[in-house]
Amino acid sequence: MAQSSQPLFELKSKGRRGPRLGTPSTGPLRHPLLLRFPLRQGLALLFFLLLSTAPSTTARAQEPPYFVTYSEILEEPGNLEIAQKGSTGSPKDSNGFYSATLELEYGAKAWWTTELYLQGQATANDSTIFTGFRWENRFRVLPTEHWINPVLYLEYEDVNGADKSVLEVTGHDSIAGFQARNAEGRGDISRTMEGKLILSSNPNGWNISENWIAEKNMMGGAWEFGYAVGASRPLAFAAASRSCTFCRQNFSAGAEIYGGLATVHDFGFRDTSQYAGPTAYFNLPHGPTFGFSPQFGLSSNSASVLWRIKISYEIQQFRDLFSRKEAR
Amino acid sequence: MRHAKALWLILLLLSISTAALMGADGAWLRKVPQTDRQRVNPYADNPEAIAAGKLLFQENCAKCHGSDAEGRRGRPSLHSERVATATDGELAWLLRNGSLGKGMPSWSSLPEPERWQLIAFLRSLPRDGPPADAVRHP
Repeated sequence: MAQSSQPLFELKSKGRRGPRLGTPSTGPLRHPLLLRFPLRQGLALLFFLLLSTAPSTTARAQEPPYFVTYSEILEEPGNLEIAQKGSTGSPKDSNGFYSATLELEYGAKAWWTTELYLQGQATANDSTIFTGFRWENRFRVLPTEHWINPVLYLEYEDVNGADKSVLEVTGHDSIAGFQARNAEGRGDISRTMEGKLILSSNPNGWNISENWIAEKNMMGGAWEFGYAVGASRPLAFAAASRSCTFCRQNFSAGAEIYGGLATVHDFGFRDTSQYAGPTAYFNLPHGPTFGFSPQFGLSSNSASVLWRIKISYEIQQFRDLFSRKEAR
Repeated sequence: MRHAKALWLILLLLSISTAALMGADGAWLRKVPQTDRQRVNPYADNPEAIAAGKLLFQENCAKCHGSDAEGRRGRPSLHSERVATATDGELAWLLRNGSLGKGMPSWSSLPEPERWQLIAFLRSLPRDGPPADAVRHP
């Protein structure tokens, strides 16, 4: 089953999603959550998770339940969201992995959100490593809401080839990125500038968002493109008059689809990864938000399924902690 | 020559700050289209909606405007004359669009019925005397 007649991957041009080496690591395919990591690496991962889910004073606006797609919703000014985005899977001919991304999102202005990502991953029968960081900024272009709302996204990434976060898919990102051993991937560092045009609408309580991605590895390589599209809605549009935990208003659900669009030389779907799946968020009132999504590979270059989870806390008016301005 | 440049720079900064102050004085009200201004809250005076709006307020707004909606740390009170005299439609427009330049975010992430519930709650707040936050938007 693991060895189909079709090549699983090809030696492609420079990509940042993995070293594209032709030797997949071998080992039993086991679910990564059940793996026995070495103690030190396990503790490091645990610390990473604990750090990213530390208690805080919280609440959360109704953010669309996307894992890859961005909507026009920005962080409220002064708020800090701390999130842990995880993805796990056992792609064919690869060891199971768990990728953890710590996300620090700050609302600098009502029209500007800035965000820092720190990324790491643990691979079964391999190692636990830090894979890099990203710094992104999102800017609302128009001062008022319209039937379609554009947001500009600019990001700098410094990640290595062992990154398995799949925060977006561009170019010819492929399953080969999961198959290289960490020692091989970590040496393949790419420094990339990425831009996105985020278009988002809210018709009749739904959110429909489309992202168009262009990125350039500053260390060489062609412009790469990708896309992400999501649609979602809260399960109830009106709030209940009593405080409740499991009311429908606290849940939102939807679906997203995303993938690569190759490069400026061969624009299209050929030899690209494509994923789609349902998504759901649960917003605990005055507490964290939990997200879950199974995302299914739609092409032979994709992992068959990626399981994604997200836990986020929002510290409201974080900047007040550093302000001496008196209450009115 | 150098002094002239400095003078222009000071004038530019003064103009910007003056515009900002003028803009803070409820300028968003002038942007509300007439059709939005005339919209009516379907939940007006509905006790259930007011209760729901209060919960929404505590969840989403209280951190800036205070749990009693009196305003905190320079952010405006929602008991103000300006909020009291604004139409439902004007408040709905503000919640949907925000006043991004003044720090009020868009709340389009909340479904429209929840925004109306919030407005129903705001209507239930007691009104202040003359607004102490006359140079602030609500």
